[in-house]
Amino acid sequence: MRRTECLAMILAGGQGSRLGALTKKIAKPAVPFGGKYRIIDFPLSNCANSGIDKVGVLTQYRPLELHNYLGTGEAWDLDEKGGGVFILPPYAREKGADWYKGTADAIYQNLNFIESVDPDYILILSGDHIYTMDYSWMLEFHKKNKAEATIGVIEVPWEEAPRFGIMDTGTDGRINAFEEKPAKPQSNLASMGIYIFNRKFLVRYLEEDAKDNMSSHDFGKNIIPEMLADKAKLFSYAFDGYWKDVGTIESLWQANMDLLQDEPPFSLDGVWRIYSSNPSLPPHYLGKTAKVKRSMINDGSMIFGEVENSVLFAGVRIGKGARVKNSVIMPFAVIGENAVVENAIVAQNSEIMDGARVAGSKGAIAVVPEGEVVSAESGNKQVG
Amino acid sequence: MPGSEWMIVKNVMGIVSLQGSNKEIQELAMHRPLGLIPFGGRYRLIDFTLSSMVNSGIGHVGIMLPDKARSILDHLRSGKDWDLARRHDGLFYLPSVKTENSAREGDLKNFYYNIDFVKYSNQEYVLLASGNIVYNIDFSNVLRFHQNTGADITAVYNVETSEQQGESIVMETAENGLVKDIAQKEIVYEDTKVSMGIYLMSKKLFVGIVRCAYEHGGSDFLLDAIIRQAGNYSIYGYEHRGYVARITSTASYYKANMEMLRPEIWQGLFMGGAPIYTKTKDEVPVQYKDTALVTNSLVANGCIVRGEVENSILFRGVRIGRGAKIRNCIIMQKCDLQDNSLVENVICDKNVIITKDKWLKGAPNYPFIVSKNIVI
Repeated sequence: MRRTECLAMILAGGQGSRLGALTKKIAKPAVPFGGKYRIIDFPLSNCANSGIDKVGVLTQYRPLELHNYLGTGEAWDLDEKGGGVFILPPYAREKGADWYKGTADAIYQNLNFIESVDPDYILILSGDHIYTMDYSWMLEFHKKNKAEATIGVIEVPWEEAPRFGIMDTGTDGRINAFEEKPAKPQSNLASMGIYIFNRKFLVRYLEEDAKDNMSSHDFGKNIIPEMLADKAKLFSYAFDGYWKDVGTIESLWQANMDLLQDEPPFSLDGVWRIYSSNPSLPPHYLGKTAKVKRSMINDGSMIFGEVENSVLFAGVRIGKGARVKNSVIMPFAVIGENAVVENAIVAQNSEIMDGARVAGSKGAIAVVPEGEVVSAESGNKQVG
Repeated sequence: MPGSEWMIVKNVMGIVSLQGSNKEIQELAMHRPLGLIPFGGRYRLIDFTLSSMVNSGIGHVGIMLPDKARSILDHLRSGKDWDLARRHDGLFYLPSVKTENSAREGDLKNFYYNIDFVKYSNQEYVLLASGNIVYNIDFSNVLRFHQNTGADITAVYNVETSEQQGESIVMETAENGLVKDIAQKEIVYEDTKVSMGIYLMSKKLFVGIVRCAYEHGGSDFLLDAIIRQAGNYSIYGYEHRGYVARITSTASYYKANMEMLRPEIWQGLFMGGAPIYTKTKDEVPVQYKDTALVTNSLVANGCIVRGEVENSILFRGVRIGRGAKIRNCIIMQKCDLQDNSLVENVICDKNVIITKDKWLKGAPNYPFIVSKNIVI
């Protein structure tokens, strides 16, 4: 059988607590995005499109819906013989069971899986970013530099730099220093949470880290600083496409809105198509009273009201006289007649009843949690 | 006992015949069998029959391939999108047969030469269906009816409420459903019971009548094996009350597509809990840009709309340019209607390009058809 040169591991266990009501019932990587997708579709599709056909997905928090969604990996064309998507939740061993204590620990606990695949390189990805990227170029860059580790980086606005892990690099891309969320950043090159490691090199550091009870077992906080302290060959790989961390309500909302530009900042189809599971629903219907502009709408929806600058997922109903503006309406949500929804994220299967009003503002996007019913009486819904 | 009904339907195999006459719908059926004509924005006609079978629990289906089979294989592939790629049973292709005696055309020959597929299947019943009729039906009810009446053959029909042109199998039934007469007619008058091309019978009977009819010189299954032999069997009619559209002509094709714009029909056919499956394409949700104005239309994923669209059906991946005005149209997959084009009462087959500023107009009762891959 063909050898696996590079194995991808997607860290998908995070709770995503900053997404509040949206991750009460599902893990962050399963959160819907872009009218049809879930966040994890992006790293998975990037893998499939980059020619990486073995992907481990590390799950932990509320994994049911995520596991069900991943299935055999068929949606991303990853269901090959002997390959595909491997779902890796924490499991019990002879001496008891452990949760994944951090990103590094999650990989450490699956060293037996990594050994069974026997790759030369390990690509670590996270399940909370929206971007399209060819990892094979990054791998080429890694090999060309004879690096031990390569970290994907992107320039962020200086004022946002303190939110990220920031790299200080030489002109050749060699990383001199790394600071996790620095108060006074030395550069504006932020880590994208994308790492390529030589496997043996990584395993050595993971094993060391596992012995350290003081460590928080995190790549950014522990593993990378250790590697740098040892003057290991770490390089940064600069990415200049669209990349968005959708870890907060505002950033998730903004990334959805970014898709609505006349020429969106990145393409969901074409040669770098983003794959997703396709529900069997008919084309959506726009009624005689519908008015839709600057919006995305998925199959199975039925629209009788006004929709502007919004993203509508599958099976959504918008009643007559309703007005939906600057909003994200997730699958099978119902917006009643004459209801108003503005600057909001309405989660799946929720209902905004006739005449009800849900309005946030830019900077304070309103959220209606999954399955919730908002009536005209319950008034304006605030951030959930 | 819950689940027992499912087990019973597991005892039925399906056969889909794609050999309907296409002389009234030539432009659209030039390169493809009737059952493969695109319909309703993202489907092919055969999807309705196949999905009804699968949703009813039928997991063993044979597709009778006509001569132009490429589009069928391309659409159905392994059957995965219909859940028919199975370790046991699942989807089978039954090739058409060329024999020395080419005088005998018709589907009976193909049934005859593929009879082993039926004979050696694990199921007890055969459900035969044609692939050019739009419906969403639960066949477990048909099977229960068949078993309760003790019929040899159950024919599924609906009552046509208006006059229809085109070849149809028409029947008269007694109050208990027993068919008193069954015949082929060119015109159907209102309030007539018209066959939906669906026949249920035991495997044993099916094998018997196919052999007998073919060996006695027959060529057409319906005419030679059923209609001419009707007196020898007890045939019962089962009435289906849901939406039915027979696609036999350009007019009936256009009309049925336009009926999908009625929310109650759209809802009943697609959203009643038994989905219609089709080949999946991973298209992006529809993108409506600033200048879009769309009413009373069905729009499938992958479309990018910048112009005005009214009373129309846009299939997957269609582009509507700025200032374009599209009215009463059926625009198939990947067509590109460029800026300021004006298109009314037109059916565009796949991959048609209508360049900037062009006007194209058919009549409301006689839509203009643009063939596949044409650039205007």
